[in-house]
Formats: sequence, C-alpha cells, structure tokens
Amino acid sequence: MNIIGKPLNRVDAYDKVTGKAKYTPDLVSPHALHAKVLHSTIANGWVKEFDLSEAWKVEGVVDIVTCFDVPDIQFPTAGHPWSTEPKHQDIADRKLLNARVRCYADDIAAVVAETEIAAEVAVRKIKVTYEEYTPILSIEDAMKEGATVIHEEKPNNVVVHSSYEIGSFEEAIKEKGLIKVVGDYETPIVTHCHIEPANSFAYMEDGKIVVVSSTQIPHIVRRVCSQALGVGFGTIRIVKPYIGGGFGNKQDALTEPLNAYLTTRVGGRPVRLAYTREETFACTRTRHAMKFHIESYIRPDGSFAARSIEAYSNQGAYASHAHALVANSVNGFRMMYPVGAIKGEAYTVYTNMPTAGAMRAYGIPQIGFALEAHVDDIVAKTGFDSIKIRKQNMMKLGFVDPVTTITCHSTGLEECIDKGEKYLSYTKKRKEYEKQDGPIRRGVGMAIFCYKTGVYPISLETSAVRMLLNQDGSLQVQMGATEIGQGADTVFAMMAAETVGLTMDKIHMVSKQDTDVTPYDTGAYASRQSYVSGLALKKTAETFKKKLLEFAGFMLKCDPWDLDIKENYIVHTNKDERLLSVAEVALESCYSMTNSQHISAEETHHCTDNTYSFGVCFVEVEVDIPMCQVKVLDIINVHDSGTILNHQTARGQVHGGMSMGLGYGLYERHLFDPKTGRMYNDNLLDYKLMTALDTPDLHADFVETYDPTGPYGNKSLGEPPTIPVAPAIRNAVLNATGVAINAIPLHPQRLFGAFTDAGLIK
Amino acid sequence: MANKNITCTVNGKQRTFAVDVRSSLSDMLRGNAGLDSIKHGCDVGECGACTVLINGKPFNSCIYMAIWAEGKDILTLEGLSDTKGTISDIQQAFIDEGAVQCGFCTPGFIMSSIPIINKDTPSSREEIRKQVAGNLCRCTGYEHIVDAIEKTQKKRIAEKKQN
Repeated sequence: MNIIGKPLNRVDAYDKVTGKAKYTPDLVSPHALHAKVLHSTIANGWVKEFDLSEAWKVEGVVDIVTCFDVPDIQFPTAGHPWSTEPKHQDIADRKLLNARVRCYADDIAAVVAETEIAAEVAVRKIKVTYEEYTPILSIEDAMKEGATVIHEEKPNNVVVHSSYEIGSFEEAIKEKGLIKVVGDYETPIVTHCHIEPANSFAYMEDGKIVVVSSTQIPHIVRRVCSQALGVGFGTIRIVKPYIGGGFGNKQDALTEPLNAYLTTRVGGRPVRLAYTREETFACTRTRHAMKFHIESYIRPDGSFAARSIEAYSNQGAYASHAHALVANSVNGFRMMYPVGAIKGEAYTVYTNMPTAGAMRAYGIPQIGFALEAHVDDIVAKTGFDSIKIRKQNMMKLGFVDPVTTITCHSTGLEECIDKGEKYLSYTKKRKEYEKQDGPIRRGVGMAIFCYKTGVYPISLETSAVRMLLNQDGSLQVQMGATEIGQGADTVFAMMAAETVGLTMDKIHMVSKQDTDVTPYDTGAYASRQSYVSGLALKKTAETFKKKLLEFAGFMLKCDPWDLDIKENYIVHTNKDERLLSVAEVALESCYSMTNSQHISAEETHHCTDNTYSFGVCFVEVEVDIPMCQVKVLDIINVHDSGTILNHQTARGQVHGGMSMGLGYGLYERHLFDPKTGRMYNDNLLDYKLMTALDTPDLHADFVETYDPTGPYGNKSLGEPPTIPVAPAIRNAVLNATGVAINAIPLHPQRLFGAFTDAGLIK
Repeated sequence: MANKNITCTVNGKQRTFAVDVRSSLSDMLRGNAGLDSIKHGCDVGECGACTVLINGKPFNSCIYMAIWAEGKDILTLEGLSDTKGTISDIQQAFIDEGAVQCGFCTPGFIMSSIPIINKDTPSSREEIRKQVAGNLCRCTGYEHIVDAIEKTQKKRIAEKKQN
C-alpha cells in the first residue's frame, strides 16, 4: 500500500488552525430567533400548571411552548440504526417537552425570542406548579417494591433484564480444587466534555424543516426528528458541519427534535437552540454508572473454570441507548476470557438521574474496570502471575463468540502485552514494589481489553459512498460517515487515493453532511466508520476506477483490463509508462462531442461481519499515602487495531482515549444533591476535566496485524484506547499499597477511606 | 439596552464597533467583526476556547467585557496568517504534529501558546503544560499540542540565535 499507513497530516487541519472551519454556531443567521428551554426544578413528579403571564411581558418574546402544547408523540432518541421489527426498536419514552417530570432539569417548556437574553429572562419568569414525588436516584431504590413508577410502560422501573449462560455454571463449580474469588465493583457517572456544547439551529425552506446541528449521526437524527414531529423522513433535512467533539453524547438526538418543532411554530423563521455548558452537562447524556458482582472459580493451574457476573446499570430518566450498553458490558465480560462456563445477568433500571447514553466505548470502560480489577484480585488471592493468567485465559485467534458469532479474525494481543511489559519493565518492577513501606510508594499495573468493530450482528450496518470525477481529474468523495474530530475524513481520503490510484491532493472530501444530498450512513459510533464505511468506500472506489479505466480505454482504443491508474496517470498494467493523465480523461469524458459522460460511482455496503481489536495499558504510579494522592509516573497503551491507517492520527486517538481513561480512573465523577437529584458539578471548574498540567506524557504504540475482514486490514481504534487505563491505575495502586479499591475515580476521599480501613492511615 | 462605540486595534487594524454595553469581547469579535475562530465552549472563562491576545497577553474573551477593549490591541487567530493566507510557524506546527482533532479548542490553544513560543529561553514541557492549563481539550490528551508548542519555541529560539 502506497498511502495507507503513512503519518499524513489531516485534510482538515489547515481550516482548523486558521479558523476557517465552520461549526454550527458559525453558520447561524444573525437574524435568527433564540430559544431557551425551561428545565424542571424537581426530579420526579408532574407539571400541573404554568403561569406564563410574566414571561409573555418580556420584550422580544415571540413564542412560549409548554409540555401541554407539543405533539402527543413519544419518540426514541438513541443513535441506533432503526429496526423495522417492533421488538428491536429503541424505546420511545419521551415527548418534545414532558409533563411527567422524570429527572431534575427535565425539559418542560421553551421560549422563543428575538434575543438570547430575552429568551433567558422569559424562561426565568415562567411559574410552574408541580405535583412532586420523592426522587429515586439509586438502582436499589428504583427496584424496591412499591417504588414510584417512572414510566408507566415499565411498572417495576426495570427497562430490560437479560441473561445468558455458556455451559453449565452450576455443574462447572462442582469441580474439585477450585479457588473462588468474589468481587463487587462500581463505576461513576461521568460525561463527555466535548468542547463545543450541544447546539443547533432550525428553519424551514422548500416545505422542509432544516436543522443544522452538531451531531455525529445526521441520517439518524433525521429519522428521530421525523418520528418526534410525526412527519415524513423526507420533510426533514439535517445538515452537519464540523463538530467540536462528540464522544457519544452527540450519538443521540439532543436539541434537534425540539428545535425542528420550534421553527414550525414561528413560521419557519430560523431558531437557534444552543445549550449552555451547564445544560450540556445536566440535560444531555451521561455515561451509565454501573455496579457489578463477579464470581470466579479458578483451577490450580490458573485456568478459569467458571465465572459469573451480575450487572446493574443506572439508566436515569429516559431510555436513550438503554440496555444495549450494559448488554455490551456483560458480553465483553464473556468475550475477553471465553473459557469455562460463563453466565451473565444484566439489569437496566430507570431512575430520576440524568439520562445515560453512549459514551466512548459503550459499556466497555465500565466492565473493563470491573473485570481487569477482578483479574488482579484473583492474582492477589492465588499468587498467579498477572500476565500469565491473562494470556492463559484470554481470547485467541479463531474464537467464535457463541452468542453473537463474532469471530476473532486477527489478534496481536499477546505481542501488545509483551511490548508494554518490556517498555515498563513491569514484571521486574512489580516484584520490587511488592515489599515497600513508608508513606510514598510506587506500583505498576496493567489491564487488557478486546473491543468489537461496529455493531453487527446486533444492528444493521449499512454505509453508502458517492464518488464524482471533477473535470480536472480530481475526485469528490461524498459520504454519510461523519468527521467528528477523530480523523475520519483524512483516512477516507487516504483510502480513496490508495484504491483509485490518485495522490492525496486530488481527493476532495465533502466534510459537511446534508441528508438531502449525502449518501446514507448511520454515522460515527462504535468505532465503525473506518471499517464499515471504509468497506463501502473501497467498493465505490473500485467501481469508480473501473468506469474511469473504461473511458481511458475508449480514448486509448485499448482494453481497459490492460490499464491501471498510478499517481494520477493511466498506465499499462504492471508498467509505469504514463499513457494519459487522469485530468485528460476527466476533461474528455465531460466534454467529448461523441461520448460525454459524468464519471461517477455510488455503492452501498451492507456489512455482515465484525472483528475484535485489542490492547493493553501499562502504568507506573506513585502513591502518597498520607496525602491520598496518586501520581502517574509513566503510562503506555499498546494497541492491535489491525493495519494502522495513519500513524499520526492513530497516535492522537490513543492519547485522547488515554487521557479520558486517566480522568475516569482518577478524577471524573458527577455529584448530585441526594435530596433533589440536582447535579452539583455541572460546569468545567467543579467537574474535574484534566488540564494539560494534570496530564503526564502519554506513550502510544501499536502491534500491527492484518485483519482479513477490514477494508485495508484495519479494525476499531477510535474508542478502545480509553478502556484499559482506569483498571491499570487501580491495579498499580494495589501493587503499591496492597489495597484493592473497587470503585473509581481514585479521588483523595476514597483513598483516605480505603487506606484508613487497611490500617495505612491511623 | 444602550449601545456604545468601541475603538480598538484588531489584528493590526484600527476598528470601531457599536456594541451593546452588555456584550462580551467574544460577542463583539464574532458578531461585529466576523472573527469566527473565537469559539464559545462555556461562556464563563473555564475552557479557553475563546482565548485572544489583549496587548500581548492571553485572555478569555467571553468574560472580558467588550467595553473594556477601548484602546486595546487585540490579536485573534485570524491575525496570525498574512494577507495571502500564509500561516505562521505555530499554526504549521499544530498541523505537522497532529495537534488538531475536532479543532474547536485549537484557536484558543494557538493563541495561548504565543507568549510561550516568543520566550528567549526554552521552557520545560511541565512549564508549557502549566501555561496552557487554562485551555481544555478532550480529544488529544494534550500530548501533540505540547509537542507543537515545544518544537515551535525551540525553532524560534534557534532562529533568534542565528540572527
């Protein structure tokens, strides 16, 4: 491969370093109206009545809409491909504005005004009468007999309960000589912290509702808006310009459905609905807090005889991605170490907390923490070697998951472990650090993961690509797959250049999606695009190349099978002699007096495969026991993501994921008023997002395999880097202090409690 | 609400804007001057995406009142390219080091890095990290951003020595 694998600069970097890149807020008409949402000040209850009289008096107010005015339609918001089978459809459990209040800061009314200030002032002047119930914030309280029903469709507040069993767990644990290890693990509510808040603007044109939005999933948002408003898909048009990060939060319909409705209320005038940072924290989506109970039975030779997991996922107020998350978690529990009997059980439970949704790696950071902490608990109890026991039991090449049929088509996990071990001198240091005393101690830890690539066979995986030849021989590539910062446009341009035979400067990626023009694709999530959309792109590029060569054959009066394209020139197959430039072919094809045609190609790929990527984090920490501080001294992630398409952008993805994992392990959590359910830290000062100063130097490395199912041997990379970091840190603290802490983040208060219980602090 | 005329230098040119006295500098620069490189990530001075230089020092323009800009010399990201669109070394370094991902924090980071790359003595990575700690990024883990700033600073110091 000539271009794939090179550390090329991003195709959008120039526009982004000059301020030319346009994001949703940069495109709003200066004459747009401004909308503000009134959020409830209770977490559980009903809106009984509004007094709008004072709000209407605010100068500049154009419209006030309440939960009693919106269409009586419940709709789903999750960024999943739609299922035509009713039982697999996402749960439709919210209206545009809701009279039944299900979380603090639920959306109950909205004001549209000439200015943002007028809208804000008017929202504050709306008086609300509520019927209030006690907020249900925990899974335990929601599952109690007689708990208030949050959604009438789910009378016990359990959204979904699912289970699986591979082999017979009860039989397996009867084996003699097994060592039993039990652990309970807990992960917190955290949020995405994309720097561009959730925002959109909407207007009407040509009888359609146009919504310009900061979204990862324009085609899905179109479907959700049409469902929410009860109008045809074709009457909604979603435009997605550059977006300032998403990380899964924007894999959900957020401001778009209400914004689409508001413009219809004001005669199609443009309406901007821009969430503040505080609303983005409290009123969009979070990462599910989960609780896990794990039991393992290990043979004296270190092999896993039987394992079980019970998982509880706090869904919050609305279903969003709902059970898909924790189902992924318990599936991940099975897949990572697919040996012996395994059983899993998972509950997703409605509470009056903010709605949880997708966030980078979709349930796997949660199980990754619990599982890899548990493996080190096994190691601590049994004295097995922490690397050997993982290698012995982990997924191997050729594994076929019995539930999903997802197959391990390639793996470099063992080499990843070896590379990370060598980098950190892990085994040597681990021994050294076992016998320390004194207030400052060091420790090393590691954790591994596996991660799927896309969502097959759970959901439809379809992607379409269009290629158009410009008259100068350059290529326009239109895709429904979205650039959200991860570098998708860059690797897609590289794929197009590679397969067609053009140089990078000849590829024009159309970065903006417009659902009226852009071919269908479900968008950026599940680390799927370079794989699923990449397969569609490769297929399209091959069709396009064939058409281009057919025309070149016509011009050269030769068999197109004897021709190839290399670096923008038509050449004889296997020879470098340049016969014609692609630019000459392009010009002739467009303007030929006898045979003019627009050379273009459009293909859809329906992906019916999946594959696992793998990786590992090794970390060395220093623990200051009296100060209850953990400092990361050195950290490396090593990934097997198949072929690395672009080493520069791949390293960037790994660093960003590691940083998010460090935050998950050490700092980040949302805090709530236990009486009201109000989020305390809905801002970037009180929510501890790591700054550059909090971040150590991050090391990223790769073990390149060639995955036979990927378009260029590649597999998932976008989300995975965040998975193994938190458990590796937790295991390093265990190595340093002998204290196993089963919840994250490892903030000083938690460490103080744990160290005090362990007698390290007296 | 009252409007007021504010005269200041923006990217080397003297400009006068009629602004609502309640406006922030970022509102004035985006709304009145069309300088869209200035991004709003929080509106309360937490994220740094709106960073501009005022008399050579980085400020969060979202919490700097427009009326305080009277007589000030303001530099935004747009002012770093020359009139032909040729970009500065720090912008090129952000491209070459892969310091850009979603790009929303990028303008603020580049503006915050200018006082660092103009120093006469090299900064440690720790010092660079401290000086950009007011700018938040969720995509990059800061690694390539620090690389870009460090390399540009080294390059400029070497150039100064040669001259």
